[in-house]
Amino acid sequence: MTRLRALAGRLTNPTGTVFILLALILAGIFVKNADFFAGPSLMAFLKQAAPLVILAAGQYFVIVSGNFDLSVGALVGAQVVIAARLIDGEESRTLPVLAVMLFFGLAVGLVNGLITTALKVQSFITTLGMLLVLYGAIRLWTGGAPTGSLSEAFRTPGRLGIEGVPILGQLPWALLIMLALGAGAIVLMRTRFGRILMASGDNDRAAALSGARVDTVRTAAFVLSGLSATVAGVLIGGFAGVSAQVGEGLEFTVITAVVLGGVVLGGGRGTVIAAMAGALAIEALFTLFNQLALPATLRPTVQGAIIIAAVAYAARQRTRPAATPATVTPS
Amino acid sequence: MQTTRLAAASVAALGLLLATGCTTDTPADTPDEETSAESGDEWFVQAEYDEQLAQRDIEPEGDPETPWLQAIEPEWIDTTEYAREGGDATVCFSNASISNPWRVTGWITMQEQVAVLKEAGDIGEFRHSDAGDDDDQQISDIQAFIDSGDCDALLISPSTTATLTPAVEAACDSGVPVIVFDRGVNTDCAVTFIHPIGGYAYGADAAEFLVDNLEPGSKVLALRILPGVDVLEHRWAAAQEIFGDSELEVLGDEFTGGDAAEIKDIVTQYLQRGEVDGIWMDAGDGAVAAIEAFEDAGKPYPVMAGEDELSFMRKWEETGMTAIAPVYSNFQWRTPVLAATMILAGEQVPSEWVLPQDPITEAELADYLERNVDMPSLHYAKFGGEDLPGFPESWTDR
Repeated sequence: MTRLRALAGRLTNPTGTVFILLALILAGIFVKNADFFAGPSLMAFLKQAAPLVILAAGQYFVIVSGNFDLSVGALVGAQVVIAARLIDGEESRTLPVLAVMLFFGLAVGLVNGLITTALKVQSFITTLGMLLVLYGAIRLWTGGAPTGSLSEAFRTPGRLGIEGVPILGQLPWALLIMLALGAGAIVLMRTRFGRILMASGDNDRAAALSGARVDTVRTAAFVLSGLSATVAGVLIGGFAGVSAQVGEGLEFTVITAVVLGGVVLGGGRGTVIAAMAGALAIEALFTLFNQLALPATLRPTVQGAIIIAAVAYAARQRTRPAATPATVTPS
Repeated sequence: MQTTRLAAASVAALGLLLATGCTTDTPADTPDEETSAESGDEWFVQAEYDEQLAQRDIEPEGDPETPWLQAIEPEWIDTTEYAREGGDATVCFSNASISNPWRVTGWITMQEQVAVLKEAGDIGEFRHSDAGDDDDQQISDIQAFIDSGDCDALLISPSTTATLTPAVEAACDSGVPVIVFDRGVNTDCAVTFIHPIGGYAYGADAAEFLVDNLEPGSKVLALRILPGVDVLEHRWAAAQEIFGDSELEVLGDEFTGGDAAEIKDIVTQYLQRGEVDGIWMDAGDGAVAAIEAFEDAGKPYPVMAGEDELSFMRKWEETGMTAIAPVYSNFQWRTPVLAATMILAGEQVPSEWVLPQDPITEAELADYLERNVDMPSLHYAKFGGEDLPGFPESWTDR
């Protein structure tokens, strides 16, 4: 009986819920179109979902430490446009340009982090500003629309994979990169850095008083988010090529994904694996919509509903322990 | 306490999320369009549809070597009241935006045309303002031009139809000759309104090609940029009309925002559900991503209608697929400045200046690729600037 209750408790906590949700959505897709689970089409799904999963991991670090990063969509777009302009179809420029992009992603994250921590600007103002700065600067730099083109080598990670794998057909590079970075993120959250990050989001004053360098880890979280947007930019640019609209609205999708994963806005709660599962659940949900022949225009509405529902659900979860003062824990 | 704080934070966050959602999702790329506003959700006007389809077969007046000076069934009007002595006119241009590659290409062509007219002494000063797709900004831009009193002619490429109408009327009332081009307004007070045939013709060119080149019973997927922009709606309305009378099955029509990743994602999912034999697009943005979805899924190439954007045309040649490039004539950006100098010289101009709008077929593909060989991929083949002195550097080094 207690075990049952413990199980029920685990499943109804927001972190566990996302996995149930993911399973339900996948079951829905299975009923509608079992062919989806054939190797090649499943791989195609994961290849296309990989950038969002990686972005979700980056966004998780920022959210769990008590901030937001609204600039990721604009950063993804900027990175793809920068890559296309600098590479301009020349294979030999691929690696140097990748280095430039990494540096740029790191710099944007660092600026976001320093403005938020050192200048004490609310993170959603900082990153909203950064979103607009990037959006405008890129249009200024390119004269309104992207120019140049990506090299074949640049497009490889996002578009190609290891060919001829039994059953699966093609094992996409994007999937392998997603698994490697996902594992890295999980490990990172188990280190001292991860615990300080979590504590900073939970109660920054307590964390600071206990000697944690709150500002440093929060800044690092923004840098990680900037780097994740860079990797996502490489994968999205590789997947589909350059267009003027790359990355638009991604910040909204990724925050929906993280919230769906039970990560609490405001910080201190949730796991990175659930955030990444949230991203998969969003992508699977959109696939299900397509299988049900629902128009893609429904997506923003559903995203909005999910954010509201998930935040309300998480708030309800948090209210409960507070109702019994005897068991209040410093969480 | 904690709950209150959390709730407050959530509300604030949501507000901001919505705000950013608006910032980035606002259709900055409502393309290139000619307009006639009607309210309600019915976008199809039979008379306009019939007129545009008929205009495709009418031989335009003028030299085919300079299509930007050709006109279909022009009604020439007298402009001697605007005639002005001495050249070196100040021409002002209120631009809706340069927020998509089509507009960027056209804007470069216009500037090069202005350079030629400055050299010839017809234009002394060319002033322009960019409203960044913001109606209010454009209204105040136009007002500022009127108030300055310096403009000898005013060119306007309106951001939207209904909202900009009073501003254009105010410009007309100021006595300056007004030239409207690309998208229209609900007034004919301008001296001339310059535009290619229009959206119905574009959508019909694309749809007819699919009907002619696909077996009866074939499945077609329609990819659209966004709803509610009249000419994009006209393109789709014309296609629906033609598909409705054909044996083709329309699998669906999806809005993509012109985002390559979204297009590839949607096409991939349709391919997972079943066969797709043809692709109809209301604009060529991201067409290559749709083709790649077929490649990556290991499916045969579809019969496809893209646009005269070079990335699509190059992919078309590379793959040898069956395709057509409908055109929304980009060379129309040359016409307004030329019209301004004509009007200021007291020469006749058409009251509604309908430019030719011929799709690029497979027979012309190699020719247009050759002409544009140095151009970047997000460039439009029928930009019509090959004879301008800045060619090709001004378009290649954008």
